[in-house]
Amino acid sequence: MVKLSGDWTLTEGIPSPDEVMSGIGTRPGIRGLVFDSAGIGEWDNGLLIFLRKIADVCNRDGIPLDTKGLPQGVHGLLELATAVPTKDTARDSQETSLLDRVGDASLRMTRSWNDTLSFIGEAFLSFLKLLRGKARLRARDLWAQMRMCGADALPIVTLILFLIGIILGFTSAIPLRMFGAEIYIASLVGIAIVREMAPMMTAIILAGRSGAAFAAELGTMMVNEEIDALRTAGFSPMEFLVLPRLIALGLMTPLLSLYASFLGIMGGALVSKTISGISYTLYLQQTIEVLNATQFQLGAIKAFVYGILVAVAGCMRGMQCGRSASAVGTATTSAVVTGIVYIIVASAVTTFIYTILGY
Amino acid sequence: MIEKQAEPRAAHIEIRDLTMAYGSFVIQKDLDFTINRGEVFIIMGGSGCGKSTLMRHMIGLHRPARGKVLVNGTDLWAAGPEERSGLLRRMGVLFQSGALWSSMTLAENVGLILDAYTDFPPKDIRELASLKLSLVGLAGFEDFYPSEISGGMRKRAGLARAMALDPEILFFDEPSAGLDPISSRRLDDLILELRNSLGTTIVVVTHELASIFAIGDNSVFLDPDTRTMIDEGNPRSMREESPVAKVREFLKRGET
Repeated sequence: MVKLSGDWTLTEGIPSPDEVMSGIGTRPGIRGLVFDSAGIGEWDNGLLIFLRKIADVCNRDGIPLDTKGLPQGVHGLLELATAVPTKDTARDSQETSLLDRVGDASLRMTRSWNDTLSFIGEAFLSFLKLLRGKARLRARDLWAQMRMCGADALPIVTLILFLIGIILGFTSAIPLRMFGAEIYIASLVGIAIVREMAPMMTAIILAGRSGAAFAAELGTMMVNEEIDALRTAGFSPMEFLVLPRLIALGLMTPLLSLYASFLGIMGGALVSKTISGISYTLYLQQTIEVLNATQFQLGAIKAFVYGILVAVAGCMRGMQCGRSASAVGTATTSAVVTGIVYIIVASAVTTFIYTILGY
Repeated sequence: MIEKQAEPRAAHIEIRDLTMAYGSFVIQKDLDFTINRGEVFIIMGGSGCGKSTLMRHMIGLHRPARGKVLVNGTDLWAAGPEERSGLLRRMGVLFQSGALWSSMTLAENVGLILDAYTDFPPKDIRELASLKLSLVGLAGFEDFYPSEISGGMRKRAGLARAMALDPEILFFDEPSAGLDPISSRRLDDLILELRNSLGTTIVVVTHELASIFAIGDNSVFLDPDTRTMIDEGNPRSMREESPVAKVREFLKRGET
């Protein structure tokens, strides 16, 4: 017989069932447990937690538990809480060894490489199909994507690249001043911006803007079964969704990068004018001296490669998206991270190739 | 697009010894049943038993681990890409949430399919799309985007899109999910109307008892525990006469 009295609410703290437990422990021949709750005041979940612990112990030791003496509501709720689940809910929480985890991780990595390669292959085949005029590509989709990836990104590209030009101008001005060679700020900024910084910064901006948008959009379409609906209607999601985005970014990134180059050069010019007193005309002359069409072409090729990679990362993560809201978030994050990693790796590779070829 | 009316009770879709799996995880095995022309066939079973996955096998979205899906006697998964897309073109699917393409208006959603598979000029396609939308009670909503209409309307628009090419088979994935009782009832009436006036074979994935009894001619019951089908037949007679207690219990809402 367990006597309960007073208020049993969570605000008073959850009472420990130890007293009852030890009572059970000291009487080995106990035949059952009955409750007397005549003196009980207010009660809430605190009482249930207490009783459930006792019920678990009784269950384990095979002691019959009579809950009839409890208030009506407690009796019903306790019955629900202690009902044996119909299915085995125990998760497989077995500790895995280090070797297992390493093996799992490498298998997963191989699989993700295979997925990436087959995605790129499939996209390329669709592109070939398009060139042969067999793929279905809606011009309206392509235009919409080009506007969103290109024109809509102009303000942010303007801001970032102008500032990058200013930063490059400052950092090169300080050492060059020691040699009295401040006019070479123009050469340094010009080369760095046109060949490296403009393509890379533009691509990183686009990875955050368009890559993320692609993944979120395609991922949501996946969750909404829109992609299934496309497939059952006989449309290839590759041709219908991925190709317009790939083409749009492939075209718009070099254009944006070219625009960004001019902005960066302007930033450099502003710095030279203010801290070194070099006139804009002189700065421009020096810039034209070091830059020729080849430099711009090299920058544009890089930008094109980055743009395609950003679009591949975004679309791929979107198409691989699971079927829940959190999966869309994961896909978006992964698209940006993958995109930026691709950009940096591609930047190293292209610079290496340019150096080998002597540009 | 109108085919000659086949005799009743002719097999339309045959599932032969089908095993469905995600990777190495088997969802259902040993499925074997026939869906006849012009009947309303219900795929039912408890939550998570693989009803929708079974439907995905019939509409070409999920490859069987073993066994065959025969449509008009042709093995859907052994057929070449051309033949398979030909078979799929004669099916329409209403997905659970409607799955309308969100970047297009309702008329464009319906029109896109018509545009891809017919030679009608754009003006006629627009007329046809408008007609299909009016059949599901959405006249006047041609230029609305899916985000601008309610869930029930999205579902009906999805049905209009599924019916765009006058399919021989229509699939419904949980048609009553998320609908109020009256809209759900109207959708059931619409399903029967389609079957009666066009002779369409209709496959419905559902666990909504009211719908099952109202429209089902034939059914299969998938069991999540044994991972196979445990009964098939007319749901109204299964309610009392099914040899399996679990099926009777399901159809009587747990009252035995």
